[in-house]
This record gives sequence, C-alpha cells and structure tokens, in this order.
Amino acid sequence: MDEDTQKRRRIFNLKESLIEKLLLASATTSIIVVILIFFFLFSQGALTFREISVLDFSFGRSWQPTSVIKPEFGTMPLVYGTMIVTLIAMAISVPIGIMIAIYIAEVANPTEKEILKPIVEMLAGVPSVVYGFFALVTLATWIQQLTGTNSRLNALNGGIILAIMVIPTIVSLAEDAITSVPREYREGSTALGASKWETIRNVVLPSAAPGILAATLLGFGRAVGETMAVLMATGNAAIVNFDILDSVRTMTATIVIETPEVAFGSLHYHALFAVAGFLFVITFVFNYLAGVVMRRFRRTGR
Amino acid sequence: MNTKLLKQRIYFQIFRITTASVILFLFLMIWTFISNGIGVIDWTFLTDIPRRGMTEGGIFPAIIGTIYLTLGAIAFALPVGVASAIYLVEYAHEGRLLRMINSAIINLAGVPSIVHGLFGFGLFVIFLNFGTSILSGSLTLFLMILPIVISASREVLLSVPKSFREGSLALGATKWQTIRHNVLPYALPGVLTGTILAVARAAGETAPIILTAVFFFRPTLPKSMLDGTMALASHIYYMATQHPNIALVRPLTYGSILVLLGIVLSLNLVAIVIRTRHRRRKNW
Repeated sequence: MDEDTQKRRRIFNLKESLIEKLLLASATTSIIVVILIFFFLFSQGALTFREISVLDFSFGRSWQPTSVIKPEFGTMPLVYGTMIVTLIAMAISVPIGIMIAIYIAEVANPTEKEILKPIVEMLAGVPSVVYGFFALVTLATWIQQLTGTNSRLNALNGGIILAIMVIPTIVSLAEDAITSVPREYREGSTALGASKWETIRNVVLPSAAPGILAATLLGFGRAVGETMAVLMATGNAAIVNFDILDSVRTMTATIVIETPEVAFGSLHYHALFAVAGFLFVITFVFNYLAGVVMRRFRRTGR
Repeated sequence: MNTKLLKQRIYFQIFRITTASVILFLFLMIWTFISNGIGVIDWTFLTDIPRRGMTEGGIFPAIIGTIYLTLGAIAFALPVGVASAIYLVEYAHEGRLLRMINSAIINLAGVPSIVHGLFGFGLFVIFLNFGTSILSGSLTLFLMILPIVISASREVLLSVPKSFREGSLALGATKWQTIRHNVLPYALPGVLTGTILAVARAAGETAPIILTAVFFFRPTLPKSMLDGTMALASHIYYMATQHPNIALVRPLTYGSILVLLGIVLSLNLVAIVIRTRHRRRKNW
C-alpha cells in the first residue's frame, strides 16, 4: 500500500470514529437527562424533610403552604385529588377504550378503519389546555345541570375530560394488542363453530389481555401526570370530602399554581419538588410495569 | 344459532355506538370552538398586539412566542434525536448501554409534562439563571419532545432494508458514508413526520412554559432568546382563568383556541398525509 492511500485511510478512520463518538454522545443525552431530573427533584425535594417529617408530609391532612399563621404541608388532599380524578378517568376510559379498540380491529371495514384511526390520533393531538377550557366552560355546565351540584368545578368534571384524553392511548395500544393475536387462533375458534363475537371474547381478548393491561397501565401513568385539563376542570380546593361532585386539587395542579409565586429556597419551594418527585416515581413505576407486561406478552404471545 | 348471531350483532352495535359517541364528543367540542371563535378571527386579531388590558386587539405576540418556543425546541431536538436514533440503530450493540438508553427514552417519554416544567424551572430558570425566557422554555420543551423524535427516527431507520446498507458497504463505502448516502435519504419522510408531530406537541404544551418561559401579558416582541414571551397555549389558560374580566374576554379566548387548534391539528394532518403517502409509495 502506498503512503498516500495509507494516509487517506487514516483520515477516513479518524472521521468515522469521530462521528461514532458524536452519535454516542447524542444517544447518551437521554440517560443524562433522566439522571439529572431524578437527581434534581430528589436533592431539592429531600430538603423539605429537614423541616417537616416524612410522616407529616405524606399523611398530613392539610395543605396550606402560604398560610401566614401556620403553614401546613400535608399532601394527603393532593394525593386524594389525583387519585379520585384518575380513578374516575380510568373507570370511564378503560371500557370505552377497549370497546373502540375492538371495533377498529375486528368490526370496522377498511374504509371505516382508515377514517377512525386518524380521528383517534386527532383526539390525542388536541392540546390539554383546550380540553381544559372545554371542561371549564361547557362540560361543567352540563354536569351541573344533570346533577344539580353546588361546586361547578369538581372531580367528576376533571375525571370525564381526563378520560377523553386517555382514550387514544388505550385505544392505540389495545388495538395493537388485538391485531397481533395470531390468525390461527381465530381460525381454530371459527372452525369449531364459534361466531365472530365468541371468538373475540373467548380467544382474542384473553390472548390480548397482557397488551390491554399494559395499555391500561400506561393510561394510568398518563392520567396521573396530566396537568392543564385537570387544573382547569376541578376547581382546585385542597379538601378531602369523598364526593365526586366536590372540588379537588391534584398534585400536578398544585405545582402549576404555586411554583410561579414561590420564594426560591423556601420550604414551600422544596415541598413542590418533593411533590414532583413523588409524581415522577408514580409514573416511573407504572411505565416500568407496562414495559414488563409488554415484554412478557411479546415473548409468550405468539 | 340465531341467538348467537343476535348476541353478536348487539355487542357490535354497542361498540359502534360507543365509538361514534366519542367521535361525536370530539366534533361537538371542535364545533363549539369554531362557532364561538370564528367571529373574532380577522387580520387584526392575528397581527395586532393585545390592547386595553387584553380585552381588545390581537394575539400576535402570543403567536410569535409559540413559534419561537417550538422552533427553539425542535432546533435542539432534531439533531440530538436523529443522531441518537442513528447510533441506536446503526452502531449500538446489544448490551447494557443499549438497554439503559432505551429505558431512559421510555422514561423520558413517561415523565409528566409538569415534572419537566418544574425541572426546567429549577435548572434553567433559577440554577443556570436563564430566567423566564424563550431559552428556558425551549430547552424544557426539547427534553419533552426528544423521545418523540428519537422513537420516530428509530422506527423509520429500522424499516430501511438491510440490503441497502450491504450494497453500499460491498462497494467499499465506510459505515458513515453508507448511512449518509444509502440510509438517511430513505428515512427522511419518516423523520419529517416525527418532527412535525413533535412540533405539534410542543406548540400545545402549556404547563412547562408557564413555569419557564411566559408572562401573563407582554405586548412587545421578544428580542433575544433570553426574553420572556407570550404564547398561545398559556394565553388561553390565562384568559380563561386569570383575567380580571373572564366573561368579557371569552370571545377572544375562543378565537385564540381556534388559532391554536388550527395550527396543531393541521400539523397532525400534514404528518398523517406524509406518512400514508410515503407508505404507499415505498416499493422496496
């Protein structure tokens, strides 16, 4: 090999490895960011517990961070608010989402499918502040007229609008799960004389169950973290009344409302990071579980 | 036999009605915005600054703010996202690092937007002292849309057939030359789709920018990345809940919603069209 070729090859190799390093650096951005978020939330949030105990923070019944007389940092009402709204949303969106998924995957003809899928995507594309506005202005009025409740903005209102927002997540994942059930399963069932519905109920849905479970878990994670729509729909009173027609305040809403006015470095500031840290953990766990279920499903599903 | 089919028909009918009701809800909602908002949208509304305590005038600064914030976010997310995807698909080997990167991406996608927002507030606004600014907001949105760009790009890179790469490598091209000339060009439409979807997502995000980038009222246009701004999504929230005269500004709020919805939904539509077209034309 002459010198010139060797030289050129060396430059080539240098360039190649440089590019690879650059790409690797980009790819690690995600890891760095996740670690940074984790570290930041927990280091800031942990400072809360220099001043109040973990028990008071977790189980305290009153969230009054800006009270002049006696500021209180019990997150119970916020956790309650998030849970009640999320549960209402899941109770509505899971059955509806599964029904729509079955319809799209099994019942609809190709033309219907081609129209329905983009519409579901559109549903997912509407910004949450827009859903929030609709809940605040229109949906709340409907609910008030139907139930005669005094607090116009309440947990039910938030739960319903949240359900609409979670439906696309559940539909698209559940539909994937249903369509990936092998053809032979259906054919076997049909050959034994089952109707299409019997096949769906007894063969397709059981085989798709892990995928549907994963869809539900991801939907749950999404619902817990949803902010603007819930903030605008629920009225944001930090009370625990165990009544779906009463106003509630979620963890996410609390962060949006209070962060812009918080004094940097105060107990309140750190408490908000602790709340965010808790949210981070909840969504992390649900996403992780969904991932585990999905992987199991893929390994054994076909 | 007949009851069997009857049962099937009833169930399918229930599914059909359920599907139809959700779609009806969506259209009803969009119709509410169109019928209440179309009246205020004219040239002045789109190009004028808000006047008289935001009870009159337009939303120009909010539109510009949304454009700056999303462009800023995508300027960071596109190179980093595509580069990540190239690394994951073309270079990475099975192993610990790949698993870690993958789970980081899934995690990042699952983090609630408000948590991103508070993180951006703590890191960019306060710790790095960028203040309430377009830079802080763009960086925060960048973190949110990065997983979208990565996943979309990765998927499309995986769909480019192996033989494309082998042909190029067999002719003596280096790995990067192969990727550059024989893989990326075919991946472009898919990357574009992912990018557009990410832009649409960023344009509609509200909570993160409330904490990092926007003001209730700021009629002057931002002059640099370190200026704060107004933005459409946050403007809607403020007008609906914080304005001293909510009832009076309601029509303007509907108008703003219609503008935001128009932008976001048409971006989504463009992405869908590009995707279906590309899928149809793909003939390898």
